[in-house]
Amino acid sequence: MTLSYIVLGVSTFMLLNSAALAVYAERRVAAFIQNRYGPNRVGPLGLLQPIADVLKLILKEDVTPQEGFKFIHTIAPVIPVTTALMTVAVIPFGDGLVVTEINASILYLLAIASLGVYGVTLAGWSSNSKYSLLGGLRASAQMISYELPLGMAVASCVLFAGSLNITDVAASQEVWWNVIRNPIGAVIFIIAAFAESNRTPFDLVEAEQELVGGFHTEYSSMKFGMFFLAEYMHVVINSMLITTFFFGSYHLPFAGLWLPELTTTQKMILDVSVFVGKTGFFMFLFIWVRWTIGRFKFDQVMNLGWAKLLPLSIANFLIIAIVLYVLNMMNV
Amino acid sequence: MLSNYIPILLLTAIAFTLAIILMTLSRVLGPYRPNKIKLQPYESGMDPVGAARERYSISYYLVAMEFIVFDLEVIFLYPWAVRFLDLSFTAFVSMIIFITILFLGLIYTLKKGTLDFSKQQTSN
Amino acid sequence: MEIYAFIVLSVLAIGSALGMILNKNTVNSALFLVLHLISLAGIYLLLKAQFLAIVQIIVYAGAIMVLFLFVIMLLNVADEPSLFDRFRVGYFLAFLLGVAVLGQIVYSVAGVAGILPQISPEMERIGTVEAVGDVLFTEYLMPFEMTAILLTAAVVGALMVAQFKSGKVSRA
Repeated sequence: MTLSYIVLGVSTFMLLNSAALAVYAERRVAAFIQNRYGPNRVGPLGLLQPIADVLKLILKEDVTPQEGFKFIHTIAPVIPVTTALMTVAVIPFGDGLVVTEINASILYLLAIASLGVYGVTLAGWSSNSKYSLLGGLRASAQMISYELPLGMAVASCVLFAGSLNITDVAASQEVWWNVIRNPIGAVIFIIAAFAESNRTPFDLVEAEQELVGGFHTEYSSMKFGMFFLAEYMHVVINSMLITTFFFGSYHLPFAGLWLPELTTTQKMILDVSVFVGKTGFFMFLFIWVRWTIGRFKFDQVMNLGWAKLLPLSIANFLIIAIVLYVLNMMNV
Repeated sequence: MLSNYIPILLLTAIAFTLAIILMTLSRVLGPYRPNKIKLQPYESGMDPVGAARERYSISYYLVAMEFIVFDLEVIFLYPWAVRFLDLSFTAFVSMIIFITILFLGLIYTLKKGTLDFSKQQTSN
Repeated sequence: MEIYAFIVLSVLAIGSALGMILNKNTVNSALFLVLHLISLAGIYLLLKAQFLAIVQIIVYAGAIMVLFLFVIMLLNVADEPSLFDRFRVGYFLAFLLGVAVLGQIVYSVAGVAGILPQISPEMERIGTVEAVGDVLFTEYLMPFEMTAILLTAAVVGALMVAQFKSGKVSRA
């Protein structure tokens, strides 16, 4: 019980910090890819840049457009931050290192993800601006479309684990990572995770060349800051989910075969560092992709989601189910 | 059992408190000098033309409608995915039939071109 | 502890339901409905029906309400005139009827048990996803298959209602 509250405190703190770190990393990596310096003035190597950013955002004027809906305009940025923080409650960071153990935690994750649509939609609508409305509309259509392949890919992991508890899914990958057993599912999940967090190549939600800022065109000051924070929190969360569902969670590759017995403390340290390392890699992947690939058109996004990923994920699910069923029959 | 949900409530509370503190801080510390022009919606520096909330393409509604149907399919998959090795062969086959029927629905939608946004844009 | 959770959740549910009915702005109404659905999910959770609780959030709050919001937002529905602006005899009769139904429900429920039913160990198991799966794919296999046909009919019906002919719909 006490452990779970310690994990809660540490993970919340780490999530907020890693979101700030992701902002910094994004700008540094972008600069590196584009062959320029990036932020390097505030603090050593520019590491204090996120703090300066937050201070600047707080000191800006908060403008709410007239004829907009003030109340909805104000609560909309809170929603994505809340859903990001609520997701962290069920992610295992190590063996037994999870904030809370609930029975159907995978369904809980999907439920929280499905509520995330409201933030963007309401922000776009309440701003009373055409850019915002179009951005919000695109965002909500895109997010609900990619929830389906996401759910299917997760369901194919449930087949291996035989449980809806995310800790069991993590534990089931001790020898074989899901990415090896279920590579198509992994690819689908990663693509859908990019779409869910509205990152390039799916960032046509904010597409600055056509929609100015998309759903947050009319947001300023810390209300904009909340959306900004939420975007990076979702990058971190999605990296964690990719790690947990497909890349062995806190296990080293084939750890069950060769890893010697460790004391509890050693195991804990190893688990957490392996998990953080993998998460860090996927955060880097998110940034890397953003500065490498161009943006899809909206019809391409919808086509990819409905005509390609959804049928593929259904077929993938069925094939895995049939293979597992036949294997099980042969054993008995 | 029920106490397992307390940390989730706590996290929600943390998120709300964080949001309220940050937004109040910017209200208190930042300047607040609204004027009519500043509060207009941004439209590339011009005066806004017409109302923002226009009617939009019906395809968006259809996407949401289709989503409900296939979301239900995904929901039905989960209880099966947990238990499918322990269930009878009939249950196994019935799920395959279930998925196939819905798959036909999806193919019908795709053939109709409902979710193909590119066709509509060129026709206009 | 459960009784306090129940009181908070039910007050929230009733409050948000009232807020939904009395609010003039349609989008605010829809948001109150979302809040109501979430608090209902909490009540299901108290009754150990976790699958139902989560499905309530995923399907109702996450899918159906999004469609509602789309429709309200984009058809630009004007503010609804308040219920109390004009008084009609019909409203009064409707109110009486509502009171009668409420009285009936209270009468039939009050005799049965206290506010929260006692939860036996077997009941704890019934609401889990595994238990639902066990029953759904054995006893209720036929209704389950019917659901597939119903959902497909819904897809076809939605397309028919929208009168979708590819390439001929103008974009607003």
